[in-house]
Amino acid sequence: MENLIEITVTVNGTEYHRTVEPRMLLSDFLRHELNLTGTHVGCEHGVCGSCTILFDGDPVRSCLMFAVQANGHTLETVEGLGTPDAMHPLQNAFREKHALQCGFCTPGFLMSLKPFLEQNPNPSRDEIREALSGNLCRCTGYENMVDAVALAAEEMRNG
Amino acid sequence: MTAKYVGQPVKRNEDPRLLTGQALFVDDVHLPDMLHAAFLRSDYAHARILSIDTTAAKEMPGVVAVYTAEDLGDFWQPSPMIVQPPPTLEDIVFNPRPQIPLAKDMVRHIGDPVAVVIAESRYIAEDAAEQIWVDYEPLEVVTDIEKALEPDSPLVYEDLGTNLASHVRQEKGNYAAAAKKADLIIKRRMVIDRGAAAAMENRGIVVDWDAKTQHMTMWNTTQAPIPIRNGLAATLGLSEHQVRVIAPFVGGGFGPKIMLLQPEEVLLPWAAMRLCRPIKWIEDRRENFLGTTQERGQIHAVEAAFSKDGKILGLKDIFLHDTGAYNPYGLTIPLNTQTHSMGVYDVPNFYTEFKVVFTNKMIVTPVRGAGRPQGIFLVERMMDLAAKELGIDPVEIRRRNLIPADAFPVHHSIIGQDFIEAIYDSGNFQPLVEKARLLIGYDKFVTEEQPKLRAAGKHIGIGLAPFVESTGVGPYEGARITVESSGKVNLVTGVGTQGQSHFTSFAQIAAEQLGVAVQDVEVTTGDTDQFHWGTGTFASRGAVVAGNAIFAAAKRVRAKILAKASEVLDAPEEELELKDGAIRIADIPEKSISLGELAMLANPLRGAVEPGTEPGLEATEYFGPKYGTTASGVAAMIVEVDPDTMLIDIKKFVIAHDCGTVINPMVVDGQIHGGVSMGIGHSFYEQLIYDENGQLLNASFMDYLVPRSTDMPPSIEIAHQETKSPLNPMGSKGVGEAGAIPIPAVLAQALENALNIDGLELLEMPLSPGRLFELAQAAKNRD
Amino acid sequence: MKPAPFEYHAPATVEQALELLATHGYDAKILAGGQSLIPTMNFRLAQPAILIDMNNIPALRYIEPTPAGGVRIGAMTRYQTAERSPLIAERAPLVAEALPHIAHPQIRTRGTMGGAIAHADPAAELPAVCVALGARFKLRRGTQERWIAAEDFFVGLFTTLLEPDELLLEIELPPLPARSAWAFTEVARRHGDYALVGVAAGITLDDAGNCADVRLSFLSVGDRAVLAHNAIAALKGHPPTAETIAHAAAIAAADDIAPNADIHASVDYRRHLAKTLAQRALTQAAERASAG
Repeated sequence: MENLIEITVTVNGTEYHRTVEPRMLLSDFLRHELNLTGTHVGCEHGVCGSCTILFDGDPVRSCLMFAVQANGHTLETVEGLGTPDAMHPLQNAFREKHALQCGFCTPGFLMSLKPFLEQNPNPSRDEIREALSGNLCRCTGYENMVDAVALAAEEMRNG
Repeated sequence: MTAKYVGQPVKRNEDPRLLTGQALFVDDVHLPDMLHAAFLRSDYAHARILSIDTTAAKEMPGVVAVYTAEDLGDFWQPSPMIVQPPPTLEDIVFNPRPQIPLAKDMVRHIGDPVAVVIAESRYIAEDAAEQIWVDYEPLEVVTDIEKALEPDSPLVYEDLGTNLASHVRQEKGNYAAAAKKADLIIKRRMVIDRGAAAAMENRGIVVDWDAKTQHMTMWNTTQAPIPIRNGLAATLGLSEHQVRVIAPFVGGGFGPKIMLLQPEEVLLPWAAMRLCRPIKWIEDRRENFLGTTQERGQIHAVEAAFSKDGKILGLKDIFLHDTGAYNPYGLTIPLNTQTHSMGVYDVPNFYTEFKVVFTNKMIVTPVRGAGRPQGIFLVERMMDLAAKELGIDPVEIRRRNLIPADAFPVHHSIIGQDFIEAIYDSGNFQPLVEKARLLIGYDKFVTEEQPKLRAAGKHIGIGLAPFVESTGVGPYEGARITVESSGKVNLVTGVGTQGQSHFTSFAQIAAEQLGVAVQDVEVTTGDTDQFHWGTGTFASRGAVVAGNAIFAAAKRVRAKILAKASEVLDAPEEELELKDGAIRIADIPEKSISLGELAMLANPLRGAVEPGTEPGLEATEYFGPKYGTTASGVAAMIVEVDPDTMLIDIKKFVIAHDCGTVINPMVVDGQIHGGVSMGIGHSFYEQLIYDENGQLLNASFMDYLVPRSTDMPPSIEIAHQETKSPLNPMGSKGVGEAGAIPIPAVLAQALENALNIDGLELLEMPLSPGRLFELAQAAKNRD
Repeated sequence: MKPAPFEYHAPATVEQALELLATHGYDAKILAGGQSLIPTMNFRLAQPAILIDMNNIPALRYIEPTPAGGVRIGAMTRYQTAERSPLIAERAPLVAEALPHIAHPQIRTRGTMGGAIAHADPAAELPAVCVALGARFKLRRGTQERWIAAEDFFVGLFTTLLEPDELLLEIELPPLPARSAWAFTEVARRHGDYALVGVAAGITLDDAGNCADVRLSFLSVGDRAVLAHNAIAALKGHPPTAETIAHAAAIAAADDIAPNADIHASVDYRRHLAKTLAQRALTQAAERASAG
């Protein structure tokens, strides 16, 4: 009864054509079919947020979507945010403020924060804390992340 | 002079890769023809396996193999004990029950592995695991450690005739004699329940057996790659050189990833050799709750003897420690509890006794803190109770009992987890207490702010709790440092890394000695083909033990550089300086040679390397401390409670900390932040709740509540003090577990103070809003 | 944690979806936002044979005014869209106040208004809010449409009046009476978690300053969203003072709800929270109504 479905997905500006089982989670599709392993999987029930990506610009849990649902849509993962030589202001700020330790949860935070700062370019510390609250981190206690987001916001406002 | 890096907040070398999704984690390893494993785990906490039918599972398309204990034949052997009890402990009971690869005739906890499916995808493997039919005969379950020792309790091991895994008594001085002279004796029962490490990355393994080269490679989310390599080689009948274990980037450890030769780790290499195909197993979050080790369950009967001026004359603690269904990690945790129960205090007499108890629950091994939070909780709670009874300010009673600065080293006559007597090598507690008191604004809060806030109907309180942390224990670690012909420095050590910033802090130590930029030191950790000797990352020891090995190796390489450069530049060594990747004569800067050129000269293609010398600019060194070094700290918080909902709001949090020489203050602060958040979790949000049938009721992140950003205090203020350890050349001490250790004690104190209800004593951890409500109701009803 | 296999359909219209439902009925499960369904499937607690994905039906995504002064919300409208809708902010402030309590932004980008109603989780915010507001739901089966009042729609734990081959198409919120105001509050262990108890309250004042109407509903206190009839009756006709509100809240906690114990909260604690929160929500609603 398993039907294979052809899909076309644009990820970080590249169009991919693949044939997938309907049940394949979008997180697995990105990681194992497209080899975009920067998106991490921490719980597969939508709580930890490590797998957060942008789906048509909105942050979503890629473990709570099927790859088939991405057919015809545009996604962005951490690989599209910046490269080691040309990092996004958020990535720079995370490094500057030591807002990551093991780094496993970090891509999910970054992909949640990018649209947040677009919506809210000058957030208060409380707003930042709330924006961080949809992702779990076990290493940093979030303390330095608050500073990092404030710094990134400032850098981005100053262009 | 060479650039100073140790002590500087150097930005991390590892970050750009981690931030851009370019860092390799185990689940990112993809090999051609790779198979995927899924485990069938027991749904019963205690049951006899009558039969297992794998026929249907094996017939499913895409399934390559299904194995049960029976299929393993002679390979089925209990894993070796990872930690034995200290041979120095006398007259103890210890009944070893190590882990087994797959349950054979009995399952002993929920999640006990029963079978493994190897298939073309994880999806198919999970489909097939559902088609394995196990006929269980459910047996009576024991989950309560007090009931487990009653004569009619169900037995986890029938052959043992008891659930007693171990029994240890130790004494310093003579508590009974001290108690006779006391003005005040306080006795209380204290209960600490389980929490999870809950690293964001679950465990995982990719294993590849290359039959043509007879070589095995395993990528593993481990804290201890070298012991796993050694153990695997022995188990599989291979030479250690045929096995390479790589711990790549690991997404947090916090204790359980130190476990070795667990069922998954033993079985999958065996299967890979049989199938001659690589196999990947990535633990999912549910499995992480059911199959990864946990910690903290203890019940204490504590007694403390005080003089009327608040001096502690003695402490007595008899406790039960829950080890779960197996005890492969020996006595590490309860021994840590024993050696930390005196805290920062001069406790002249201490009687401590524990019984380790088998239960039908997941295995217990260290989780960040590892028995220390429990010890600190009990002594700090006793200080609070005595302060109340004697009418002494809680900070003042602590001051009166601190070990004075001139008393070190302090010998405790209690054997610890590192097999030798607990000794505090160094410390200076009084100024630490003062730092924390000032940072939190203790005096002003107590005399001015709190009375006003209370008058305004607020329930707001303060707590301050000092703690010690034994860190940097042996046996040893090693490091090899090589200057390459590019001028870059290669640094290799045996420990693994799970986020501790080793790629930077280790590089700082070497860079400072060798006069190169920190970015030019490329650090490799956790690859057994790169470094052959070592134990692992545990007990807050990486920076201390590996760090000092790196320090020693860097000094030796520096000496080689100077000797060679002296010869090449024709100048005495005293006149040479190492700076910016070059060696120059101090007074004639234009006369210099780059490190890379020197490295080439030290490893010539023709000519002669002098007899008795070695080629290259390279050195390998080891460091093993005599015993662990004691870090210390004082945490303080102000917390507000909504008495109607019992939700809490930590308004202010400070910590004064002493880990000796700080290598990278940014990294040290980060370690403390993380520890504090886990401490807050394990004190108010996180609790592994088993029902009487041994079912884990909250095996998901929906119900097991890891703190979020909004659960943390608005800031964590940290003050450092550097009391250098005399036990290692750098003078450093560990910090990995520090933050987690004092939180239960300081939160209980602050909440009690905030609620200010007569007769309300918070003697258990973790708490929760619902539990606070019950305890407050009970106290009010007693009035 | 990978879902079991299923057959996947992604209809482009409501009619196609209804046809698929008519054919597959009991074997099919509707996939709306998937933020509750997919975790359950990943845990393999749900293994539907057929999934009908509603995400390709744009006709079900709308927020529109009704001529009467209320709001019509298409079932596939995402939380985030509703949260940012000026119309909802104006005509359904209670909904606007409750929406940020639902999980986290990354869930609200996918989760749908209709999905929450059809899922009927007793711990979810929207069912209780709809019950408080006196919302009604448009259902269709084949070509037959019917309207069901929110209070009647939820019949038990994750159970509604929806037939296996019936679709929820629209939520209709009635216009708000003059001099009425609303408040929503809940207690969760952590920000974004399912609430231990939540309360939606509404008060309509008459010219004398008495409660002409009272609405009070609870979530997480039983097997479904509960309208607190006894408490409403106790407060109606009285001025909303500290005493009358406390009295009504006590009645609600004692007589209107039947909470269960779970690992996070005992029955006593839940009743206590219900009383506390009802008091807070009613007080806030009354203050807002008086402020006008």
